Amino acid sequence: MAEQKRVGVYICHCGGNISDYVDVVALRDELAKDPDVLVSKHLQFACSDASQKEMEKDIRDQHLDAMIVCSCSPKLHTHTFRNVAARSGLNPYKYVQVNIREQCSWAHSDHSAEATLKASGLVRAGKERVLNAEALIPIRVESRQAVAVIGAGVSGMRAATALADMGEEVFLIESAEKAGGQVGSRAKLFPDNSSGAALVERMQGEIRKRPGIKLFTKATIQNVSGSLGNFTVKVSVGGGETLSLNAGAILIATGYDDYKPLTDEFGYGSGPNVMTLPEFNALLESGSGDIRVGGRAVKRIAYIYCVGMRQVKGPNAYCSRACCTAAISSALAAHERAGGLDIFHLYRDIRTYGKQESFYERSSKAGDSYLMYSEKSPPKVEQKGASLGITVKDSLTAKTDIELEVDLLVLVTGMVPRSDSGNIASLFKIPRGSDKFFNEIHPKLRPVETVINGIYLGGSCQGPKTISESVQSSLAAASKIFGVIGKGTIELEPIVARVHEADCSYCGKCAKVCEYSAITEAEHGDRRVAIVNSSACVGCGICAPVCPSDAIDLARYTNAEIESMIDAFAAASGIVPSASGEGDASGKESIQMKEFPARWNTMLAAIGDEAMSIPAIAGATGFDAQDVTFEVMTMVKYRVLVPKGIDDDDEYYSYQRKW
Amino acid sequence: MHDTISTPRILVFSTEKISDPGIDQAGLRKIHYSPAVYTISVPCSSCVKPRWILHAFERGFDGVFIAADGIECSYSPHCSDQTNALIEEAQRQMKERNISPKRIRMAAICSVCAEPFANHMANFTKILTELA
Ligand SMILES: Cc1cc2nc3c(=O)[nH]c(=O)nc-3n(C[C@H](O)[C@H](O)[C@H](O)COP(=O)(O)OP(=O)(O)OC[C@H]3O[C@@H](n4cnc5c(N)ncnc54)[C@H](O)[C@@H]3O)c2cc1C
Ligand code: SF4
Ligand code: SF4
Repeated sequence: MAEQKRVGVYICHCGGNISDYVDVVALRDELAKDPDVLVSKHLQFACSDASQKEMEKDIRDQHLDAMIVCSCSPKLHTHTFRNVAARSGLNPYKYVQVNIREQCSWAHSDHSAEATLKASGLVRAGKERVLNAEALIPIRVESRQAVAVIGAGVSGMRAATALADMGEEVFLIESAEKAGGQVGSRAKLFPDNSSGAALVERMQGEIRKRPGIKLFTKATIQNVSGSLGNFTVKVSVGGGETLSLNAGAILIATGYDDYKPLTDEFGYGSGPNVMTLPEFNALLESGSGDIRVGGRAVKRIAYIYCVGMRQVKGPNAYCSRACCTAAISSALAAHERAGGLDIFHLYRDIRTYGKQESFYERSSKAGDSYLMYSEKSPPKVEQKGASLGITVKDSLTAKTDIELEVDLLVLVTGMVPRSDSGNIASLFKIPRGSDKFFNEIHPKLRPVETVINGIYLGGSCQGPKTISESVQSSLAAASKIFGVIGKGTIELEPIVARVHEADCSYCGKCAKVCEYSAITEAEHGDRRVAIVNSSACVGCGICAPVCPSDAIDLARYTNAEIESMIDAFAAASGIVPSASGEGDASGKESIQMKEFPARWNTMLAAIGDEAMSIPAIAGATGFDAQDVTFEVMTMVKYRVLVPKGIDDDDEYYSYQRKW
Repeated sequence: MHDTISTPRILVFSTEKISDPGIDQAGLRKIHYSPAVYTISVPCSSCVKPRWILHAFERGFDGVFIAADGIECSYSPHCSDQTNALIEEAQRQMKERNISPKRIRMAAICSVCAEPFANHMANFTKILTELA
C-alpha cells in the first residue's frame, strides 16, 4: 500500500485581501477531502505569530511531512514559513508558498467565481509540487575571513576601510600606479567644492592606519578561481611577482571610463578650443586668473551636454547622471576664477536632481544662458578663425536657429563602461547589461549582489553614479559581504543542477551553454559523463533544456514538480462556484489583536501614538514602501488605522492608530 | 479543465527575479487579465524544457507564454537566444503533433511591466480564441 502522505494546507484570508474575492472556506473544504492532506485550515493572517505557532504545533503533533501556505507573493513570506518549518523539524524545502493574492484574488477581483476556481488549481498544484519536492539540505561552506576589493577608487577605498573595521582582512587591488581613481586629481568637486585629491589623501591615511588592509598598486589580475568562501585571485604586481590571494568574497569596484568623443564629434579634434569636461576641469584647476586656450584669454564659453550619452541609436542609451551637475559646477568655478564670462549651456534636459538643483539656480543667477536642443537637430560647430561658430536650433523659442560665437567649447561627456570591463566580466564570470556596465541581480531588491555567490558590486562600475552614490553602494556591498562571510560558515541555497549519470553520455552541450564553467567532463565507470560543481553552479537551469537525453535537472524544478503542477492546473476543480460571486463573508469578522500579522505589530510599534505617512512608516520599519502601502490599506479597512489627513509637508496622507 | 471557464487557458512561465514582480504588480494594481492564466515561476526563461511546454498542450492548455528577462537577464547575455532556441525546439515538436506554432509566445516582462503583461494576456487570449 502506498505510504500515507501528511500534507498541511493553510489558506490565508489576508484580512479580506484574499477572502473578499476567493472563497477560502470552499478551498479549505476541497483540500480537506484530498487523501494526501492531513490538515487543511483557513487563517485570518497566516503570517501572524498566532498562526505561525498553530502551524508549528500541527507539524509536530500531526507529524506533517510537507506544508503549503496559500497567501501572498512568495517574495514576501517564503522565508517566514521556511523558518516555521525549520523550527518544528520539517525540512524547509518541503514547504511551498502558493500565490493566491497578487496572482489571483487581486488580479481577478473582477471575477470572483473564476478567481476561486483558479485558486483551487493553484492550491492543488502547490500540493502536488510539495509532494514531489525533495527534502534538500542547504550547502554549508567554511569561509576565509578576507575580502579582495578590485579597484581603489573612492568606492573601493571606502569599502576597504569599512570591511577592515568589521575585522576582515582586505586585499585592495589597483591597476593604476596609485589609488584614487577618477577623482584623485580633482581640485573641486560638487556638491561642497571639496578637493578630490584631499579626499583621496584622507582615505589613503585611513587605509595606512589599518594593518589589515594590503594595497597592491600596478596590479594586474591574471586568474580567478574558487567560489564563495574560498576564492583564489592571482595578481601580478608591478609586472613582477605573481601573488596568490585567498579571499572569502570579492568586491568589484573598477569604476568607469570617460566618454571619448569621436573625431569631429561637435568639432572635437578640430582645435585646442574644443575639449571635454574632464579636460576642461583639468585646465580650470591648474591655474588662476584668466582662462587661456591657444594663447588667448577665454571670454565666451559654450557647453554642449549629453555628448555620447542618451543616444537613441548609439550604444549609450542611458543618462550619465553626474555630468549635468559637474558641468554647471565647472561653469560656476570658471566664473569664480576669471570673472566677466558669458556662458551658454546647450542642453537636452537639465538633470540636476535632488539637492543639486541649487547649482542650476546659482548658474542662472550668474547670468548663464540655457538653450535647449533636441537629439534630432544637434548643434553645428565650425572653426571661425580664432573662435568657434555654433548654430543651435533652440527648441524652446519657436525652434529658430541661434548663432553663437565663442572662444571655447566644452563637450559634456559622461561615464561609459571601462574598455576592459569585458575582461573583468570574463575573469569573474559576472554578467554585463546591454549598456555593458556590470549587472546586479535586481536594481531595487538586490542592488549590490551579482548572480555569482560571493561576488559583489560597488560604485560606478554598475552604472553612472556620483561619489556619494558610489560610496553608498560600496558600503552596502561591504555590509552585505560581512553579513555573508562574517560568521565563518555560510549556508547556500541548494538549488543547483544535477546530472543523472545513467542517462548522460557526455556530448558537452550543457557545458557549452553554462556561463559559469560549472560543468565538466568526468569518468563514470567505463563512460564519460558530465558533472556539476555545485559551488560554482548558480542555479539558472539553462543547461537543462539543451540536454538531448534529458539527463540534467535543476533542484526544485524537476520534471516531476513542474509537470505535476501543470496536471493540477488542468484537472477539474471540486468546487462549485457560488452564483453570487460574493466571495467569503467570514473575512469580515471582527479580528483580535493577537491575530495581527507580525508586520502590523512592527508597524504599529513604529507609529506609536503619532500620525505617520507611508514613507515614514517604511523608513522606520525598514519595510518596502509598496508593502507598507498595501498593509496600511488593509489596516484602514479593518479600522486598525485611520487616515488623519495630509501631513505637515502637505505631501502625504498620514495614518494614526484607531485605539 | 474547468468547464465554467471557456476562455483559452494560458500557461505562463515567468522568471522569479524580474517577470514575477511585474506580474505581481498587475495584481497589486488590480489590472485585470483572464483568470484562465496560470503562472509557474522559474529562475530563468532559458531553463524551460520543451517537454514541459508539450505537456501543457497535452493537458489541454491552449497557449504557453514565456515571460522572459530579455536583455535584463542576470544569468546570461545569451538568454534571449537560448530561450528562442528552446521555443523553436518546442515548436518543432508541436508541428509533429499538429499544434499551431502560434500557440506559444515569448515577450520580455520586467519588474514594473504590469500593464504590458495584462496587454500581452489580452492579445494572446484573442489570438488563441481566433485559432480555436
Ligand atoms: C566629468 C565628471 C565629473 C564628475 N564630477 C564629480 C563631482 O564633482 N562630484 C561627485 O560626487 N562626482 C563626480 N563625478 C562622478 C565621480 O567621478 C564618480 O562617482 C567616482 O569616480 C566613482 O568612483 P569609483 O571608485 O566607483 O570609480 P573610479 O573613480 O573609476 O575608480 C575605479 C578604480 O578602479 C581601478 N580599476 C579599474 N579596473 C581595474 C582592474 N581590472 N584591476 C584593478 N583596478 C582596476 C581604476 O584604476 C580606478 O582606480 C564626475 C563624473 C564625471 C564624468
Ligand atoms: S546627466 Fe545631464 S548631461 Fe549627463 S547624460 Fe544625463 S542629461 Fe545628459
Ligand atoms: S544551472 Fe546549469 S548552466 Fe546554470 S550554472 Fe548550473 S550548471 Fe551552469
